[in-house]
Amino acid sequence: MDNAYPMNIVDQLTQYLFSGLASGAIYALIGLGFAIIYNATGIINFAQGEFVMLGGMFSFFLLQSAKAPLALAIIGAILLTTLLGLLFERLAIRPLKSASPLSLVIITIGGSILIRGLAMLVWGKDTHALPSFSGSDPIELAGASLLPQHLWIVAITVVVIAVSKLFFSYTISGKAMRACSYNSRAASLIGIGVRRMVLLSFVISSAMGSMAGIIIAPLTMTSYDVGIMLGLKGFCAAIIGGMSSGFGTVMGGVILGVLESLGAGLISSGYKDAIAFVILLLILFIRPQGLFKRAETERV
Amino acid sequence: MNRDLVKFVVLAVIAVVAPLALSGSYLMSVLVFVGIHAMLAIALNLLLGFAGQISLGHAGFFGLGAYASGILSATYGVNPWLAMVITALSVALLAFIVGFPVLKLKGHYLAMATLGLGIIFYIVFNEAVDLTGGPSGFSGIPPLKIGSFAFDGDIKNYGLIWAFTMGTVLLSLNLANSRIGRALCAIHDSEVAARVMGVNVRLLKVQIFALSAFISSIAGSLYAHTMGFVSPTSFGFNFSVELVTMVVVGGLGTVYGSLIGAAILTLLPELLRAFQDYDIVIYGLVLILMTMFMPGGLVRGIPALFARLLPTRRQEG
Repeated sequence: MDNAYPMNIVDQLTQYLFSGLASGAIYALIGLGFAIIYNATGIINFAQGEFVMLGGMFSFFLLQSAKAPLALAIIGAILLTTLLGLLFERLAIRPLKSASPLSLVIITIGGSILIRGLAMLVWGKDTHALPSFSGSDPIELAGASLLPQHLWIVAITVVVIAVSKLFFSYTISGKAMRACSYNSRAASLIGIGVRRMVLLSFVISSAMGSMAGIIIAPLTMTSYDVGIMLGLKGFCAAIIGGMSSGFGTVMGGVILGVLESLGAGLISSGYKDAIAFVILLLILFIRPQGLFKRAETERV
Repeated sequence: MNRDLVKFVVLAVIAVVAPLALSGSYLMSVLVFVGIHAMLAIALNLLLGFAGQISLGHAGFFGLGAYASGILSATYGVNPWLAMVITALSVALLAFIVGFPVLKLKGHYLAMATLGLGIIFYIVFNEAVDLTGGPSGFSGIPPLKIGSFAFDGDIKNYGLIWAFTMGTVLLSLNLANSRIGRALCAIHDSEVAARVMGVNVRLLKVQIFALSAFISSIAGSLYAHTMGFVSPTSFGFNFSVELVTMVVVGGLGTVYGSLIGAAILTLLPELLRAFQDYDIVIYGLVLILMTMFMPGGLVRGIPALFARLLPTRRQEG
């Protein structure tokens, strides 16, 4: 969004499209995390956004206080966040497996503000920027300028989605998780450890979430409270996609990202965040099953 | 019914006597907040505890009440009482209209939709700078007056707020013990069963949502007129969660529970000033622990605990 010189409307639109695609990729990653846990357990994990925050914050502080190289800090951050995701499932979700949806909503909200509060106590309220993965010289493309980080975001998201697709389609664990989502009772009858699959879903989701938090941190900065907005937008992506853990949610993320970026650019940047929620409400009201239900969406 | 009357009288006596003991002290202004929070918690409990419908956007209705009443009276010179009534009716109407699509949703989806609604309000409070003053807040809201008597000091505010709080308690108790209250509990247990028994589930849910928003709006107006200043931070997502915590701590579906929950969660952070930054952590822990170990809230949990610890004595009695 380089407004130093006047751009014509086509270039402007291309610009919004590019930045929308990048944030859309982030929303898709977060949304996939929601969908994977939802399909394994029927729970909407309100703490999903906090995993995103933890990814960014852990990498920043590993980079800063442990003086680790960027790549190592990132891997460390993903591992630490995943560990916390695992602990969260063990301590808060598993003991409550048969609770009412209301209790589960309340408990994951409790978990989310607990994690956020602890992050604030440990790391303070400052915002931090992670260094870009490879420089910050803009790249000119089709009349718009792109940052290398945008390319990283899209590339990493594509790789993560491809890997998860392969995992769910070709590995035993992936197939077992899909079986659980279709019918967990039947799955347990044929010898699948349903509880282990639930745990695995939290592990995968927290890893994906932290990844999203890390790749966006160089662009938008990170702080203890970024998880709320990012989490909600990820959820919005998942809702547009009908809670599928494949194509639908990815499309949901991209649609949301592009609409938001266009709205911010053409209407008002102050109301940028409101756009996501208006879309969320409209989808929930009009097509709560998502936009792509007819199309082949795979629920995992 | 008689026991309810006794409880209510005891509460009224406490409310009247409390200022005598604390007059002029700092705790008085805290008790004003206890009253406002109690109104909000009871309003939310009607929806969450009785009808079983979660709302994570109630801070938004509270904020609408505060801002609309404040703007009408300060910017447009409307009489504060009139502003409060107009605002509450409009907010209730808004909730009624939005309620139809929102309350069609269940469980997690309902939580997300109400959350989204609350955040949209919050964004508007921040962004409509011309109207609301934006992030730096809106000041100069006149106090409520009866004739030339203005509610502008701690003790007067206390009387005003607690009169409304007691009114809310009375209204909610009556509602809970009426046909409507029983219908709400039926909805909570099973919507299908409630419908079979002839309850108009959809309409009733929306009506109680509107009533809940109405009370929250009144609480918001009272807040605006007693403080004279409002800013968006008071009406964010965190406050919605705080309200849910109050209801859960006190006990879902008990009016007095919400009062106790509001009192505890308002007084605790004030008494533990040293732990200022810890409050959000404490809310999180309290929510998790209460849901896990005392899902009925304090009002039911404490007697149940005693009953378990002293089983024999209970049988003798």
